[in-house]
Amino acid sequence: MKILVCISHVPDTTSKINFSEGDTKFDTNGVQFVINPNDEFGLTRAMWFKEKQGAEVTVVNVGGPETEPTLRKALAIGADAAIRVNTAASDGFSVAKQLANVFKDGGYDLVIAGRESIDYNGGMVPGMIAGLINANFVNNCINLEVDGTSAKAVREIDGGKETVSTTLPLVIGGQKGLVEESDLRIPNMRGIMMARKKPLSVIEPIEASAETTSVKFEKPAPKGAVKLVSADNLDELVDLLHNEAKVI
Amino acid sequence: MSVLVYTESEQGAFKKVALEVASYAKTVADQLGTTVTAVTINVDNASELGNYGVDKVLNISNDQLQSFNANGYAEAIKQAAEKEAAKVVVISSSADSKYLAPLLAVGLNAGYASNVIEAPSSTSPFTVKRTAFTNKAFEISQINTDVKIIGVSNNSFGLVENTGSASAEDFSPSLSDLGVQVESVDKATDKVTIADADVVVSGGRGLKGPENWGMIEELADVLGAATACSKPVSDLGWRPHSEHVGQTGKPVASNLYIAIGISGAIQHLAGVNASKVKVVINTDEEAPFFKAADYGVVGDAFDVVPQLIEKIKAFKAQQ
Repeated sequence: MKILVCISHVPDTTSKINFSEGDTKFDTNGVQFVINPNDEFGLTRAMWFKEKQGAEVTVVNVGGPETEPTLRKALAIGADAAIRVNTAASDGFSVAKQLANVFKDGGYDLVIAGRESIDYNGGMVPGMIAGLINANFVNNCINLEVDGTSAKAVREIDGGKETVSTTLPLVIGGQKGLVEESDLRIPNMRGIMMARKKPLSVIEPIEASAETTSVKFEKPAPKGAVKLVSADNLDELVDLLHNEAKVI
Repeated sequence: MSVLVYTESEQGAFKKVALEVASYAKTVADQLGTTVTAVTINVDNASELGNYGVDKVLNISNDQLQSFNANGYAEAIKQAAEKEAAKVVVISSSADSKYLAPLLAVGLNAGYASNVIEAPSSTSPFTVKRTAFTNKAFEISQINTDVKIIGVSNNSFGLVENTGSASAEDFSPSLSDLGVQVESVDKATDKVTIADADVVVSGGRGLKGPENWGMIEELADVLGAATACSKPVSDLGWRPHSEHVGQTGKPVASNLYIAIGISGAIQHLAGVNASKVKVVINTDEEAPFFKAADYGVVGDAFDVVPQLIEKIKAFKAQQ
């Protein structure tokens, strides 16, 4: 089985979010970039398929050379090869078109992507890849097993979970639960040394227009101070929630 | 050239978000000088939609679509959009709508903006405001395609009543193999879900153990709220993962979020920032959540919550 794992290069969760050039660009100054958390669960599940079922795992990303350390980290975790599509990621649709093209060229059986990235939160790339390559798609996936060309997946739904069956080729939008957080892997020294020798190929993008454009960014207005209510006077809290906040 | 809106339902009845997206679609249709057509799937009675600005309803009754299926639903909505020559398709930002939307976008070759929180600021160019960076910022996004898909963030636009009535028409999309089959569903049907809830009551490690969740459930019950939890609580197995809210859990966009014994790690705040009003109950007055909250009580949950339950019961009895 050939697995393609899509890796988004995103600001670390704790990063301060700032914008530059008249609030039209994300300011990367002082920001540390990491593998998108939802993708990390997917990558670890791919490692499970590699170790238990002999799958071959390629990681892919759409981005400039600055994203390569993130791909190298994925190689150090255990992926066999990496591909970088050499273009700045603009909107989700254009990224999906680039990734669908990589899929078509590589003869993959399974695409694992995170359900959404923690920067733009579009939540569209996995489903769009599936639509573009005409593959089955399971979103919010929290467990996946593959037997030959059949797959059984569990996905989270509002208030519970659902078990589904489908066939390859398959795209999943993965999230926490696909593996336990305690099973996420940190690259060790051997992995880091081996990653240097693994192939990281850079391919040029296909022509794919962006269907949406980021015009500007805004930050939320500063929040007022919390209104503290004494634990001995909860009538006041009820009154505030009813008369001031109007939520009960 | 109408605005098409997909109105979600469950067991034949509309979800609250259906009325919210209908209200949103009416606003967009007014901006564009056109009408609203709603698509319903296996709904018993769609007449209510007229009160929220819908002019025409396309009712789909189809056994293949009894369970939610992203591929089948996307295909049905696509065919409805083509029939109506819709230039704008409005959906919610529920988990189901976010699942089908990218498939629909590919089918219609449409730009898609999710988590949209306001009516378009302009329809030429078509510009919407959406949340990004896990609610730490907003993105003003321009959709460049001929057909546009807008995913409206839950509880962001509200309900806008209109006086009107909608004409109804049966619509039968042509569906092929759905690709993904549901084998089983494991869901507590009698509970308010986080996605649908106006109020969410959430517990953290400060509750000390799963045996103490009774008071969280009782407070939620009194308020008609959904229950939720922080990440450590689901990691410890005290509560199911489906209740975990935060960056790698479920996002919450309720009107009221009550956090009990949750310190407010940045990943947790990211998942709940879209809630309108946040109340924090915590013994530690230095807990970061107090900086993000609107109202706070510094105190022991085991003292405060039972009292709060009684106060709210008394308040409800007076109403």
